[in-house]
Amino acid sequence: MYRQAQWSEPVIFSLGKAGRVGHILPSVEEDVKKAVGDLYGLIPEKMRRENPLRLPELSEPEVVRHFMRLSEMNYGVDSGIYPLGSCTMKYNPKINEALANMPTIGLVHPYQDERTVQGILEILYKLERWLAEITGTAEVCLQPAAGAHGEFLGACLIRAYHKHKGELGKRQDILIPDSAHGTNPASAAMAGFNVVVIPSNDNGCVNVEALRAAVSDKTAGLMLTNPNTLGIFEQNIEEIAKIVHNAGGLLYYDGANLNPILCKVRPGDMGFDIVHINIHKTFGTPHGGGGPGAGPIGVSEELAKFLPVPRIVFDGKSYRLDYDRPHTIGKIRGFYGNVAVLVKAYAYILSLGFDGLKEVAEVSVLNANYVLHKLKALDGLTLPYNSEKPKKHECVFSVKPLKNKTGVSALNIAKRLLDYGVHAPTIYFPLIVEEALMIEPTETFEKEELDRFVEAIREICREAQTNPEKVLKAPYNTAISRLDEAKASHPKTMALSWRMYQKKQAAANP
Amino acid sequence: MSEIGVKSIEELYADIPEKYFLKRSLNLPNALSEFEVKKHIEALLSKNKTCADMPIFLGAGCWPHYVPAVVKEIVQRSEFLTSYTPYQAEISQGMLQALFEYQSMICELTAMEVANCSMYDWASALGEAVRMASRVTKRNEVLIPKIIHPERKATLQVYAEPAEINVKEVAYNRETGQLSLKDLEGKISEKTAAVYIENPSYLGFIETQAEEIGEIAHAHGALFIVGVDPTSLGILKPPGEYGADIVIGEAQPLGNPMNFGGPLLGIFACRDDQNMVRQMPGRIIGLTTTVDGGKQGFCMALQTREQHIRREKATSNICSNEALCAVASTVYMALLGSKGLRELGETIMYKANYAMHLLSKIDGVKAPVFKSPHFKEFTVNFDGAGLKVVNIHEALLQRGIHGGKDVSKEFPELGETALYCVTEIHSKREIELLAKTLEEIVAER
Ligand SMILES: Cc1ncc(COP(=O)(O)O)c(C=O)c1O
Repeated sequence: MYRQAQWSEPVIFSLGKAGRVGHILPSVEEDVKKAVGDLYGLIPEKMRRENPLRLPELSEPEVVRHFMRLSEMNYGVDSGIYPLGSCTMKYNPKINEALANMPTIGLVHPYQDERTVQGILEILYKLERWLAEITGTAEVCLQPAAGAHGEFLGACLIRAYHKHKGELGKRQDILIPDSAHGTNPASAAMAGFNVVVIPSNDNGCVNVEALRAAVSDKTAGLMLTNPNTLGIFEQNIEEIAKIVHNAGGLLYYDGANLNPILCKVRPGDMGFDIVHINIHKTFGTPHGGGGPGAGPIGVSEELAKFLPVPRIVFDGKSYRLDYDRPHTIGKIRGFYGNVAVLVKAYAYILSLGFDGLKEVAEVSVLNANYVLHKLKALDGLTLPYNSEKPKKHECVFSVKPLKNKTGVSALNIAKRLLDYGVHAPTIYFPLIVEEALMIEPTETFEKEELDRFVEAIREICREAQTNPEKVLKAPYNTAISRLDEAKASHPKTMALSWRMYQKKQAAANP
Repeated sequence: MSEIGVKSIEELYADIPEKYFLKRSLNLPNALSEFEVKKHIEALLSKNKTCADMPIFLGAGCWPHYVPAVVKEIVQRSEFLTSYTPYQAEISQGMLQALFEYQSMICELTAMEVANCSMYDWASALGEAVRMASRVTKRNEVLIPKIIHPERKATLQVYAEPAEINVKEVAYNRETGQLSLKDLEGKISEKTAAVYIENPSYLGFIETQAEEIGEIAHAHGALFIVGVDPTSLGILKPPGEYGADIVIGEAQPLGNPMNFGGPLLGIFACRDDQNMVRQMPGRIIGLTTTVDGGKQGFCMALQTREQHIRREKATSNICSNEALCAVASTVYMALLGSKGLRELGETIMYKANYAMHLLSKIDGVKAPVFKSPHFKEFTVNFDGAGLKVVNIHEALLQRGIHGGKDVSKEFPELGETALYCVTEIHSKREIELLAKTLEEIVAER
């Protein structure tokens, strides 16, 4: 079995010693000091820091040891299979990291003269073209920092479109299936829309009749993930698109699940007007423990004029940043996007080409169906919705039968899996599956690693029958045993910073 | 395939209507080997000029600072780099602890009690902060300074408009750049959800009446939001000590490269007030214990604010954030410590003020425009020399120096003015070269 490192590593504030410094800054020459005079005299007294900072003070080796130990208590894609459904945790090629870390990106300022940044502008411009080609859209904007940021931008574009047509006043509804990711309704609401939830049918797809009943002249648009979060392709997409378009609404594509259809089917060809891409899922850039990612969006020609400034333009000789866009919605962040992440996506596409990307899609689907096939045979798991049909990149099992029989829930399975050195699948999502285990193996894990995962689930199901207590108390082999998550959010015990913790401690032990 | 009983991959795609399948190959590059990819990208990137090739005096929201080797080493650890958001806390303690330490250090710098583990950047953090203030106060107007980064203002407008929040600008004193308290008093009302200032301001001066501004905001029941450049907080009073309710800012300069403007790292912190904390956007890591109470550990806290639970009622839609950049900043702050951060602030301020001192001696050049203390950025006006910023820029570039950002279109009332930035990476020799070169350019006119 797996054993994660178990360092009892104190919070960094309890390490080190007053006066230690781990990094020496460039010095200030005496004549500079003389010319400037009394530095603190320049700052009015009421704006000077009076209370000394209370940051930890460590030597360089202490800092290194601390963070090395922390890293050893973390699990990544390089540690083993990470089948988090919806997150597309694929291998992140090392060469892409090396390239994105070059000083010729790192040391470039965004406001440099365009003549001094032609290389990076060319990369971004070409990446826009490639992503437009892959998504079947007219223009791509690289600026959003993540998928949800792309959704927010997309929803703002829907706003701008209806406003331009003088219909924003009445078009207040965004329709979203009940299987959608939480960011979809949250983004629509942030952009000022009402969220209308569309139920799924027995096949796990959008209930077309319910959709037909929900659209009206209040409809601003529909947000859809296809294949959806059950890993099922929305077969009625043509009809769905027609219903929404006929009602005057726009179609938004949540690209979190683009991986299984890469270079085979394009959202633009299915009728979507706006498409976001999770670069950190589909295009193999690392998730970094939560970010940074990138969430470019592609749009139809009609919507391109609303995109944020600047747009990267090419006149055949050189690249330029164009701010002169009278219909632009403005900005959704500073500068041009998560450039260092986007460079990795450029390298990824360049390494794979059309055929390689298509193979990515196909192997991801094959792997998902292989795992599905193996797990279906297990007692205690069911596969709700269209269980006989092949899925795309992911499959969602319910462990409700097992739970009813043994008390072992999806959460317990997830925790026990960690003991096997296997990351847990996504659990309790999508919401329309009870006790959901959402499994996305991705294309970058070979049969042996998939078998290891399946074997672990099989053993846990067996253990749930023979020794449920053992499963309920998992994990055992991780850096720490089961945590009390409720305590972290309870007003009495909540400690969201070292400062807050110390204040609470002091109050408790006067 | 044989195990799952299909003969071809196509069978697994049989449910997709035939008409949607691509009938052609896409216009994408041919696949290259790793060596060729490397050559190709290196060649393209070598067309870029960097701040190692020439001195660059640009700031304005993304700043050149040195990133220590240790920071790069730690954030390349693949256990951090290739992990997802730490949903499974027990196997992700390393990332969770690092992010808790980040939040804690941000709290120390800003003198606040609660910080989230990142926003996309300062601009989007401003949008989120204003929306949060509007939810907390149930009011729908925000007052911002006229001197603000135009991209932050534009971002704020996109975030504020759907929430029906009006954004109003407060004038500044032409002599000093300081926010006009008179104009503030005139505009603030019982509709004001928040008053926002930046310190140091977009144009580099220190807003010295911050405390009074906060008092005016509070007297009218509004929240006080302060945007910061954290490299100043080793020497400047932290916003928590002059009344800030929410502190935002940009932590890129703490250990993250410029990367042509992204990724960045939005700071978001607030006071320990349950009404506010429950309205915060973004992920927050909290301290907890094991179920048996035996050991301290870390996990995500207050998830009921977030989109995966609250959906359309969430405090924000943010999901993926800038976690690894936050780890970089944590390592950076740990390396510098209290003493190092104070020294960083001093070094920057010495060097920037030395640059102002030299430039202001040039005939026809005014540096800075405003009679106020400046931290790391400052305005340089060329009206007295009868020169345009674009021409100065061109002449500097020809001599291998990249001048500051042209702000004469953003603030026409300031004439031909550029915003210059000097940090610890600018040597005395480079600063003197800038002054000497500018002097020559002005003399040649
Ligand atoms: C289906 C779906 N949509 C949207 C998102 C949001 O993407 P991001 O985390 O990049 O903001 C996710 C992320 O998990 C997702 O799975």
